[in-house]
Formats: sequence, C-alpha cells, structure tokens
Amino acid sequence: MRKLLGTAVIVGLGLGTAAPAFAQGEQFIPVLSYRTGAYAVNGVPFANGTLDYLALLNERDGGINGVKIAWEECETGYATDKGVECYERLKGKGTTGAAYVSPLSTGITFALTEKAPGDKIPLLTLGYGRSESRNGAVFPWNFIAMGSYWTGADVAIQHVAKEMGGFDKLKGKKISLVYHDSPYGKEPIPALEAFAKKYDFTFKGIPVTHPGVEQKSQWLSIRQDRPDYVLLWGWGVMNGTSIKEAAAVAYPRDKMIGIWWSGAEPDVTPAGDGAKGYKALMLQHGPGQFGVHAEIKKNVLDKGKGHAKDDFGQVLYNRGLINSFIGTEAIRTAQAKFGKQPMTGEQVRWGFENLNITEARIKEAGFEGMMKPLKLSCTDHQGADLARVQQWDGKEWKVISDWYTADRSVLDPLVAEQSAKYAAEKKITPVDCSKAG
Amino acid sequence: MLYRETGQFKSTYSADMGIFPLRQDRNALFVLLAFAFIGVPLLAHFHVWPFGSEYLLRAILLPFLILSMAAIGVNILIGYCGQISLGSGAFMAIGAYMAYKFGTGMPEIGLPPLPVLVSILLGGVCSALVGILFGIPSLRIKGLYLAVATLAAQFFFDWVFLRVAWFTNYAPSGSVSAPELNVFGWVVNEPLERYLLCLTFVTVFALIAKNLVRGNIGRQWMAIRDMDIAAELMGIRPFFAKLSAFAVSSFIVGVAGALWAFVYLGAWEPLAFSIDRSLQLLFMVIIGGLGSILGSFLGAGFILIVPIMLNLVPSELGVPLSTETISHLEFIIFGSLICFLLIKEPHGFARLVTLMKEKLRLWPFPY
Repeated sequence: MRKLLGTAVIVGLGLGTAAPAFAQGEQFIPVLSYRTGAYAVNGVPFANGTLDYLALLNERDGGINGVKIAWEECETGYATDKGVECYERLKGKGTTGAAYVSPLSTGITFALTEKAPGDKIPLLTLGYGRSESRNGAVFPWNFIAMGSYWTGADVAIQHVAKEMGGFDKLKGKKISLVYHDSPYGKEPIPALEAFAKKYDFTFKGIPVTHPGVEQKSQWLSIRQDRPDYVLLWGWGVMNGTSIKEAAAVAYPRDKMIGIWWSGAEPDVTPAGDGAKGYKALMLQHGPGQFGVHAEIKKNVLDKGKGHAKDDFGQVLYNRGLINSFIGTEAIRTAQAKFGKQPMTGEQVRWGFENLNITEARIKEAGFEGMMKPLKLSCTDHQGADLARVQQWDGKEWKVISDWYTADRSVLDPLVAEQSAKYAAEKKITPVDCSKAG
Repeated sequence: MLYRETGQFKSTYSADMGIFPLRQDRNALFVLLAFAFIGVPLLAHFHVWPFGSEYLLRAILLPFLILSMAAIGVNILIGYCGQISLGSGAFMAIGAYMAYKFGTGMPEIGLPPLPVLVSILLGGVCSALVGILFGIPSLRIKGLYLAVATLAAQFFFDWVFLRVAWFTNYAPSGSVSAPELNVFGWVVNEPLERYLLCLTFVTVFALIAKNLVRGNIGRQWMAIRDMDIAAELMGIRPFFAKLSAFAVSSFIVGVAGALWAFVYLGAWEPLAFSIDRSLQLLFMVIIGGLGSILGSFLGAGFILIVPIMLNLVPSELGVPLSTETISHLEFIIFGSLICFLLIKEPHGFARLVTLMKEKLRLWPFPY
C-alpha cells in the first residue's frame, strides 16, 4: 500500500511539475486520431498524412511564416465520448489554444458542433460531417471543405446515370444504399430520397450496425432484390466486409459505388480478387505521389521524423495531407490579416472563411494533381462540388471518369431547409453574410 | 484514536438511526460536500491548479458525476435487489431520448416544449415505466436468464432509437442535439455551471437512494436478494419489491442518461448508449461494491478516471510513446488492475473502505 501511495505521489508530482511542452509563440494544432479499434485501418493513414504535412512545414519552412507548429495526437477510437474528452484535453494547449479541430468522425463532429461556438474553435471536416453546415450563416464554426455527403450522393447518381446513358434511364430502376448505421451513414439518405423523387427510381437504404463485420443478411436481401446499383457508405472493417459479401452473393462489383471514405486501399485489399471492378468516388484526389510527397520524403521521412510507412501516397494518407494543407492555409490567411504570430481560434475562423487556395498556390505547395482551387466564404463553407470516380483493377485505383460537379439546384434547398431547422431548434440568429468581413 | 464512537451517546431513536451515526463520518461528508459545492467553484474561479482548467471540470468531473449517478441506479437493482441487468444503457437512452422529446415538444399530441428540468425528470419517469415492463420477466426468471432478458431491452432500444425517426424529430442523420439548458431562467452553459447542476442532481439522488435502501423498501429488496422464497414466506411481496427496484433503478439511470446527453455530450446518437455503456455500468458496481452507495462513486471513479489517467501519464511525463502504444498499454494495465483488485478484494472498493474504518476504530491498539 505504501509503495502504491509513493508511486501515486510521484505521478502526481510529475503531473504537477511537467513543464509546459510548448515554447512561447507556437501555433498549436490538436490531432484527433484513431490507431486502434475497428476503424484503425482507415484512421492510421489519415493520421500519418495529417502529421507528416505539419512536420514538413516545421522542418522545411520553420512553421507557418516562421511560427512553429506544435501538435499533439489523441486517440479517440472513433468513439464520441472519447472524442469529446480528447477535444477538452487539447483545446486549451499551446500559446493561443487549438487553431482548429478535425474530428474525423461524423458522430464527434455532431457533438463538437455544440461546443465549438462556445470555445471559439473552428471545426475542419474535410468531406464529412453535417452536410447542412455548408451554410456558414448558421454554422459559423463548421467548415465542411471540399465536399459533403450530399454532394457525394449527387455525384454517385450522376455517374450511375452516365453509365446507364442518361438521367431518363434512371426511371424505374432500383438503387440501394448499404450504410454504416450512424450519423455518418445516414447523412446521404435525404439527398438520395430527393433524387429518387426527381428521377423516379426506387431507393432503398440497408443499414449495417457498428462495426460492420456482420453483413450476411443485408447482402442476402440484396441478392433477392437485385438492385441495379449499390452505393456503399462504410468505414473501417465494414468496407472490406461489404465487398467480400458482395463477391459471395455474386453481386457485380462494378455496379457498386462507394463514397470517398469507402475508396481506399485498406478497403479493397482484404477482399483480394473479389474487389476487382469495385468503384468509389474520389474527394478530388486519388492515390499517388506528387510534388509534396517528394518534399516530405526529403525533409521528413529521410530524417526519420515522419510517420508514413506503406501508406505513403495512399488515398487516405493523401487526404490527411490535404486536411493539414487546408488547415494551415487558413492559418496563413489569418496571419496575412492579423500578423505573423500564433493565431487564436477566432482568427483562424476568419482565415477559413476568407480562404482562397488558388491554382498557383496549389502548384507551389506541391498539391498539383491532387486538388482543384478552393474558395470558402461566409455563405459557402464547402467551397467545391467536384469529384471523380475511380475503379479498383485488382492492383491499383484507376480514375475512370471526368470531373463531376454536384447539382446544387437540388442540394441547396436541402441545405437551407436543414440549417433553418437547426437554427430554429437552437435559437440561432443566422449571421448576416453581407456584413461579415 | 481519531475515528472512534467513544463518548458519542445517542439519546433519541432518530439520532440512533441517522445515515451516519458517527460524528466523524458526518463531518467528513459535510467537508466533502462543502468542498464539492463551494471549494471547487472557488478554486476554479481563482484558477488554482488543477481546478482552473476546463478540462478537469468538463472531461473528468462531469462524466464522473453523471456515471456515478447511473451506477447508483444500477446498484439499486443489482446490488440491493439482486436482479442482474444488462440493459442499463438502454434505460439511459430512454431517459435521454424522452427528455429530448419532452424538451422539444410533441406537436402530435399538442404538447409544447417543456422546461428542461421537467423534461429530464420526465425522461426518468418514462425510463421507469419501461423498466417496470422489462422487470416483469424477473418475477419468473432469475440470475443469468434474467440478464439475457434485460439484454433484449438493450438491443431493442438500440434499434428503436436508430429506426423510429419520431424519437429524433426526423433528423436526417439520426443524431440529435440537446435544447438549451435553461433551468428556471438560469442558462447553464459554462463548465462550472454544468458541474454544479450535475452535482446537485447527484447529491439529491444519492441522498434519496441512501434513504430508500435504509428504509422499509430497501430491506425488502435485500431480503429478496438474499433469498426470495424466505422473503416471500415472511410476507414480502416479490411482485412489488422486484418491480419497485426496477422502477427506482431505471428512473435514476434514466435521469443520468438525460444528463449525459444534455449536459455532457450535447449531441448524441444511439451508439452513445450501446451495450458497452451497460457493461461499463455493470463493472462500475462490481468493482465499486455491490450493495453500497459509496461503492457506486468509487467504482465510477475507477472505471472512468483510471484509463484517462493512464492515457495522460506518458505525455505529461514527456515519455515519447505513440498514441496506439499508449492506448494498448492503457488496456493492459487497466485490465490487470481489475484482475488484481478482484482477486485481492472480491467485494469491491466499498468493502476496502469498511475494513479500513474497522481497523481505524481499533488503531493504535489492535487486538
């Protein structure tokens, strides 16, 4: 007992006296990640990409305009309550607190959406999260940059129509959605229902419970139902299982289209040859090594300071890079207005809202070929509606389509309707975007 | 020497039957309550380490208080009445979702949005009603078979809240967010205010629970737990005793669920109340001590706070470990701690406290 007490005292003292790990004048960026649990296969490459780009900025440029970046990782395990704990743990660290948070989970995004306005910390949800948060007037702190699940649903339907030979051919067809039974998987449903009404096809949602390793009955019903297309909204082990089950019931894989979170290497490799022909959307980028990869290799990995292993240049690793790129560009934008010092969350929010990543800047940063220009504004926190489709040929992802632009005539009313509902429920007075500076 | 009843004479029956017959226990409780209600806010106000940081209040004390309350509820059912339940997560979910429905109004039946405090309590009432319903099988089946029956409640309500859109006000994503926490005009927003709100709830419910288990009804529950046939022969109605335990337990768990959703998470989905939550609560009462209100607090503290501490220690000490190593270490150490504790003290922390008190009474002259 005495020994135990002694250890406790030592630990307590250690906690009390541990020197603040962050030197004066550093920009702190919390990294919520998951390297354990059912979603780790996808969480690890994303986290590695996120960290390696931050390390690159520190190693090569000495930070953002000379302001060093500090970061700390926290394991959420994709669980909402742990994510909230991580957020609380990290939000006040560094000179100015957290610059922005990327929860990498739609469930955690929902919980943090309630907390971020009070703490004045922007949320960067790259291609996930609340689709209606595109409306920055109601969601000033959410930045769903590059795409939402509703744009994803739209592009998927566009691609289906193209393969069938026109939107009029959709009439009377059956499209099913196999989805992760969580806010993440349910997000596209209202958009898909709207499209089903517009193009007169039958839509059916087939839920898969967390974590998604048990899908026999779902695919049996698909086998009986024989839908013309199956859309897949899965994450972690669920993706690989879905593709395997599709192979088991002989559902043609080239009639399956996954969202951009179901279109990475760890999703298809477990299914082996069974994954051949499977298609997935691209959140603009695919796998591959570009200018920024050479820089990371030279400045970070070769110095032994990186995280990347086999995942270097994989889809989710690249998405992690883009996530950090957009976040740090927002800090850079804020610095141009507020001075070259660590930015507060409020200043970074301004940076996000006035973010304008041009073609030239993308080229300079080495992201050419990975993303198109992105411009956010108070009324549009998404900034882009672009996506392509890729197909797995058994060895690698091949881009098989041109750029699609989501049809905002259907999606914008949905965004307006859902965000107005949220504003009414929360008694939020929408920001007047014409006055926002 | 310090902890001894010598010289404390009781001259009335009510003094003899007090919750804490010993003056030292009473004083300790008052000091603890004073510290929780006055000390913590003061320390937080003056930013004294570690109370100055929001992290302690929001991410440790808040969940600790709410889960302690849920553990008290579970302890009433399992520890006092001996009815094993694996459906606690579901009862938390019922409390949370029904409180949400009452808090946002039900226009279908012409019910306007109710004040948040009323909604939370009504959420508990709904949970109690469902608890009674799922308690009915306990009249026929016992032990592990009952555990399986309550497991049905867990999966059934997981399904209901995922599938029946009415409960989520037809939210497209199935995730709902709590209405504004307005308690009689006091808008609870700051972490300190949230802490005080939960502390008040926990204090009141712990007091009620403690008095219930000391009273007539608590004795009935314990009689049923120890031997239900003998209890029945002595004139205790199993029907009433078992169902009242289910009702009281589900009520407290339901209110805790509503607090968990409204005060701690803010926005939630059914996964927040999954089977993992039920098991977590079960472990809390087993580790803390079955049949002890104090044990519920100790168990909640252990199950909730020790993993967080284990996770924090390496980074605070500056040990360079990757997050996955830390989380794996956390599992290993925490798992071994549980094994060690249960071997050393199968009756949980509450038993350790009792033993310590008995030793203190004899100290320094043990015989």
